[in-house]
Amino acid sequence: MSEWWTYSLSDFLLFSPRTYYRLFEIYNSAIWPLQLVSLALGAAILGLLLRGGVWRGRAIAAVLAGCWLWVAWAYFLKRYETINWAAEYFAIGFAVEALLLAWSGIVRDRLRFRPSLDFLGLAGLCIFLSALFIHPLIGPLTGRPWLQVELFGVAPDPTVVATLGVLVAAHRPHWELLVIPIIWCAISGATLWAMQSPDALVAPGVAVLILVLVAWKTLRPRQPSPHEA
Amino acid sequence: MPVVGLGTWITFNVGDDIVARDACAEVMRAFFEDGGRMIDSSPMYGSSQKVIGYGLDKLKQPPSLFSAEKVWISSGGRGPGQIEASRRYWGVPRFDLLQVHNLLSWDEHLRTLFAMKAAGQVRYVGITTSEGRRHRDIEQIMRTQPLDFVQVTYNILDREVEDRILPLARDRGIAVIVNRPFREGELTKRLQRHPLPSWATEIGCKSWAQIVLKFIVSHPAVTCAIPATTRVDHVRENLGAAHGRVPDAAMRARMAAHVEKL
Repeated sequence: MSEWWTYSLSDFLLFSPRTYYRLFEIYNSAIWPLQLVSLALGAAILGLLLRGGVWRGRAIAAVLAGCWLWVAWAYFLKRYETINWAAEYFAIGFAVEALLLAWSGIVRDRLRFRPSLDFLGLAGLCIFLSALFIHPLIGPLTGRPWLQVELFGVAPDPTVVATLGVLVAAHRPHWELLVIPIIWCAISGATLWAMQSPDALVAPGVAVLILVLVAWKTLRPRQPSPHEA
Repeated sequence: MPVVGLGTWITFNVGDDIVARDACAEVMRAFFEDGGRMIDSSPMYGSSQKVIGYGLDKLKQPPSLFSAEKVWISSGGRGPGQIEASRRYWGVPRFDLLQVHNLLSWDEHLRTLFAMKAAGQVRYVGITTSEGRRHRDIEQIMRTQPLDFVQVTYNILDREVEDRILPLARDRGIAVIVNRPFREGELTKRLQRHPLPSWATEIGCKSWAQIVLKFIVSHPAVTCAIPATTRVDHVRENLGAAHGRVPDAAMRARMAAHVEKL
């Protein structure tokens, strides 16, 4: 791209805000009532985070990997790709994250949590809860119709934020699982910023918070490994 | 060629949304009813080509259509395949005009386009740029290649092309298409805060959009401006700028000076 310095974010925006949010409306209508399943899966992760169990790391990783794969296929490839030719690259990124979650969390059983939540565990839980219950309210609170709601497990942003919350709550830092969600926060923020959406800074703000929290987790004195998986 | 055409950047990229597709088709219907002819698109514009094809099909392929498309791919060898895909999306037997979008791999694509023109597979060949980029290259290509069209950004505030490119186009008999006449809506939004100037009626303009368009199309080198819109009333308003008194050089200077002060 020559004369790259003459381009602004809006030069890369291929669609209008109306078209972008209508996409969620059409998508939500097409997949109903799968939103109820995604909410149940979110509640299941919440229960696993709070109550523990031998398989909780594997189960949480499996649910998250499934959600990332679903968003890659059902949202990016089947919907977003109709207005943004870059969506297939986003789909690849989301599929890779699903594989990483499956590999690290299910196959290698590396996603472990402390028996009781410490400060970072609570912070991660709060971020997860915000993705589940607060993120869907942003649209309606900023004047968008309820049908355009973005939900965990079916829309990219709340799925990404929820995953970041889980990763913060995990016993050890998982930088290899953070890269793609952080990149997506930047892409989503840039898209919404170009559309002058009032919630443009939400995802990038969460990303910065996560980076600070995980950096602290990495640098603090090493904690003993939890006994349970 | 009517001096006001129809751009499709952003506005026609509505994906599979049938409600929005129908709205675009209505914009096209109003466009053709009011005498418009040139519709311009690109493979870069997401679903815009498919939406144009949807509209043309719904309107039973208006015979007055002047189809302006682009090739936009870094590989010269893959240009013909992309052009054929674009043609199928539009549902036209051939394009009237094919342009190299933003000069991407322009030398390879121009060879293809000139060969297509010689074979009768396209009527005219052109190149495009936007927002003042690569004007030196544009100028060089205009001097050395047998172009029919050049597409550039020009409006009442962005007038750099008046210095060299528009005079060169006149000298070499190259038609000029003007993109981003409203700076993607930002210009008209800004101007609408101000009352219409008293001289607007002298040139038959009833809105700021018509003033801005009339300034562009009254330049002797300009062939057609291609504003994009999603609204039927706006497309009719835009085409209204093609009628009435054409501002002379003195009035054009007055128009530019007035807008610069706002």
